[in-house]
Amino acid sequence: MALDKNGIAKRIAQELQDGYYVNLGIGIPTLVANYIPEEMEVTLQSENGLLGIGPFPEKGKADPDLINAGKQTVTALKGASFFDSATSFAMIRGGHVDLTVLGAFEVSENGDIASWKIPGKLVKGMGGAMDLVASAKNIIVATTHTNRKGESKLLRKCTLPLTGVACVKRIITDLAVLDIVEKGFKLIERAPGVSTEEIKHATEGILIIDGEIPEMKF
Amino acid sequence: MNKVVKNAEEAIQGVKSGMTLMLGGFGLCGIPENSLKALAASGIKNLICISNNAGIDDFGLGVLLRDHQLKKMIASYVGENKEFERQFLSGELEVELNPQGTLAERIRAGGAGIPAFFVPAGYGTEVAEGKEVREFNGKMHLLETALTADFAFVKAKYGDYSGNLIYNNTANNFNNMMASAGKITIAEVEELVPTGELDPNQIHTPGIFVQRIFQGTNYEKRIEFETVS
Repeated sequence: MALDKNGIAKRIAQELQDGYYVNLGIGIPTLVANYIPEEMEVTLQSENGLLGIGPFPEKGKADPDLINAGKQTVTALKGASFFDSATSFAMIRGGHVDLTVLGAFEVSENGDIASWKIPGKLVKGMGGAMDLVASAKNIIVATTHTNRKGESKLLRKCTLPLTGVACVKRIITDLAVLDIVEKGFKLIERAPGVSTEEIKHATEGILIIDGEIPEMKF
Repeated sequence: MNKVVKNAEEAIQGVKSGMTLMLGGFGLCGIPENSLKALAASGIKNLICISNNAGIDDFGLGVLLRDHQLKKMIASYVGENKEFERQFLSGELEVELNPQGTLAERIRAGGAGIPAFFVPAGYGTEVAEGKEVREFNGKMHLLETALTADFAFVKAKYGDYSGNLIYNNTANNFNNMMASAGKITIAEVEELVPTGELDPNQIHTPGIFVQRIFQGTNYEKRIEFETVS
């Protein structure tokens, strides 16, 4: 069965390593914070100027001067630091952030990502997404495999305006884990109970199936 | 030299139609509320505003937008503002969207006297249109130019009569760089203290960057998305 949002987040959390500095985008990526293994030290970076994001505050304790990049009220953990936006993007652009997890409208088989604009319709801006995808050492896209209309989001070529080119390394969807390799999307794992046929059907770009594909383990 | 002014009305003296302004803040966090209100009341039009976001419909920069005081916005993320979207799509408002880190660095560079610099963000996207591309260390980069402003408006938690500023938590964001990039920088603070009362070790923005300072009043500090556990 296809994973729900929390399932995707849970699988992404398995990609974390002790000592990682991680930037989590808005949406599914934010949920990854709930599944960081307890024994692991992972520091979350927020591009509006916070290293060491803590949980949401208790009711009545929200501080308007303490928000994340999604403008939600948060807390700061012990050992956290605050800084200005130029310093924040020095961390990102300078390659000091180990992993970036973000959502996408479309990903192409060469690792291009479109995530910020639907022409004539949605005008929100790219925020920090272009900086993040251009500079992160490792980029994981967290998304559903298909859009609401059931159309594949894993394409031969993106149709929407790009956020970055040839930058995505791994995609974790409700159906599968896939890596971007030279010739297309390489299937790494299947969601529990999801067949390679289903994944093939939901993937418009070239899907590489090499031998027996294991199921995700939780 | 006296940098202290009475209030926002006095602070915005000299702002004129067609000028370029910078406004600190991320979303509604750390925005110069008093100055924004005074600018809205002034009715000054044709402004070019550089700000990461555009406020919300009835607060922050959104009020200037609603009253058609803005000719152009340079920003990185403008969601959460219906009127912005409407004016942008109808062509009433000129908009230049920048990757957030590029925007921050363009402002920092402006204040630091660096006219242009190369960054990888936006290569191969519509942000790259018309920009010089160059390869460094096997990676493609775009030439981006510095930004400065006629007036920069920033907000801090503490300030002293000399213009030294200390921000609170994530309310620093774009304020620190913008303070250095304004020909005239106006700082509004929650608490204004005599020179010498702030610990020099804790200063975020040294007073050299600030030309006018005042203690703001009636801070609303609205929260865009109050999220609790």
